[in-house]
Amino acid sequence: MSATTSTPGTTSGTTSGVTSAPAARPRIRTSTAVRAYLAVELRRSLRNRRTLIFSMVMPPVLFLIFGLQGDYANQSAGHGNVTAWIAVSMTLYGAMVTATAGGASVSVERAQGWTRQLRLTPLRPAVYVAVKLAAAMALGAASVLVTLVVAAVTGAQMPATAWVLCALLAWVGSLVFAAFGLFMGYLLPAENVMQILGPVLALLSFAGGLFVPLGDGWWATVAQLFPTYGLAELVHAPLGGELGITAVVNVVAWAVIFSVGAAWRFRKDTARV
Amino acid sequence: MTSTSTTTPSAPPALSLRGLRKEFPSSAGPVRAVDGIDLEIAPGEVVAFLGPNGAGKTSTIDMVLGLSTPTAGTVRVFGTDPAEAIAAGRVAAVMQTGGLLRDITVAETVGLTAALFGRTGSPTPYLERAGIADLADRLVGKCSGGQQQRLRFAMALVSEPDLLLLDEPTTGMDVEGRREFWAAIRADAAAGRTVVFATHYLEEADAYADRVVLVSQGRVVADGSTAEVKNLASGRTVSARIDDDGERAAVTVQLRGLPVVDAIDHRGSRLVVRTPDSDVVARFLLTQTTASDLEVASENLEDAFVALTATAATTMDGAS
Repeated sequence: MSATTSTPGTTSGTTSGVTSAPAARPRIRTSTAVRAYLAVELRRSLRNRRTLIFSMVMPPVLFLIFGLQGDYANQSAGHGNVTAWIAVSMTLYGAMVTATAGGASVSVERAQGWTRQLRLTPLRPAVYVAVKLAAAMALGAASVLVTLVVAAVTGAQMPATAWVLCALLAWVGSLVFAAFGLFMGYLLPAENVMQILGPVLALLSFAGGLFVPLGDGWWATVAQLFPTYGLAELVHAPLGGELGITAVVNVVAWAVIFSVGAAWRFRKDTARV
Repeated sequence: MTSTSTTTPSAPPALSLRGLRKEFPSSAGPVRAVDGIDLEIAPGEVVAFLGPNGAGKTSTIDMVLGLSTPTAGTVRVFGTDPAEAIAAGRVAAVMQTGGLLRDITVAETVGLTAALFGRTGSPTPYLERAGIADLADRLVGKCSGGQQQRLRFAMALVSEPDLLLLDEPTTGMDVEGRREFWAAIRADAAAGRTVVFATHYLEEADAYADRVVLVSQGRVVADGSTAEVKNLASGRTVSARIDDDGERAAVTVQLRGLPVVDAIDHRGSRLVVRTPDSDVVARFLLTQTTASDLEVASENLEDAFVALTATAATTMDGAS
């Protein structure tokens, strides 16, 4: 064992039996840690019945309930039919719920003392949050796929490019809600934040026009302020919906607000000593 | 009493605290949890950090682990910064509560912790050393408090730390769990690891430590071998009734003048005197005063310990 780079004052041979000079310790590769941690996170998701119901079962079931109503299902909507339109809505909803839950789980684990425990390891807090978000996005991808496959086999029709683009937009767009979950998790002192955020997401989905069309009344104007509005417009754009500048501004603005908020609380939390 | 640490000039101490202070803000002004601790622990020592709840034990451990920064003073772990020592895996800790994910198994928890330290091998050896190999596939949430504590111990082992800190490790454990936990720690410490554990159980310090550091109100009030500290805490109480208020006050002053008197309490018309030499106090009370109804009792260790930490701190407050 070489002790040439040991800390000042530690000479080789003075350490006792079980101890080893710092120089002899393996360099910690972040990739090993990240891969192992991601594997654990994915296994946790698959084991968690509540997560599976909210991410994998509820979105396709909501689609089956609302997307196949006989009267209007086969009417055309843009480049596809109404069924496809609703399938895309539910796909975004599933991705949103999954991402929010993933972000919020950081604060749940903080309340359980897990992040404190992690501070006794070489893992950096930012890498921990990145792992949590990556796992949430992996689960979000599965949620998007499940809902769209169910839609495809039950009569949703739209051009091939629309299928692909809608899936990608819903998936990537849900990152805004990962930041939302992270931010809200830090702000709300609840042990299970999703019991609050779940209903909030459903309300936001109604308010922002994701679940029901906004129509032409005064609400259509107010709705443009909600964080769900921009994403709802964005994911439906490949179907032929008009994508106004308001929607783009909405998505960017809320992405910035949630990310900056989450980063602010995260910094404050990791610096809290 | 003097510190029993024996550091050689070439090797830095396992732990070195200098003028360590920690204040927490509160609505009534800053609360001083740690009030100037100087302490040196040599590699290989097994040290009990003994004190009542609120003595500042956990605050001190948090600073040693780099989980909080001192208001004043310095912490060095093997001559380096706490953060560096953590990153290098030289120091690990078994915390009192929390810090576990309930929905993964015991083996997964230890395997993940090992991976975070860049170790990819099987978690089994660590589970065996902590005595929980048979629980490998159990979900953490289904483990008893004692089992979870041994899991925390297994997690602390994965970096092969040179210094292991245990914060009230057996709180909430039953007698059997406590015995098994300490058996695992003892087996491990025998190999030469430095172990520092916080506890408010005197027996625990007595049974498992080579050296006891007694803390009270954020200060070290005694530091020595287990036997020395036990001697300090092995006094008796003499109590007697003196009905006249004036005389009771006068006797109190006279008793304070006796070298063998540690502390005096008033309980109604009774005087309660703590002393290592009950004969001297009893003779004085019965021959020089009107005291009646005299009782002599040997204190149990727990009472004596509480009395000792309380008086020592009071004396020091008066001196400062």
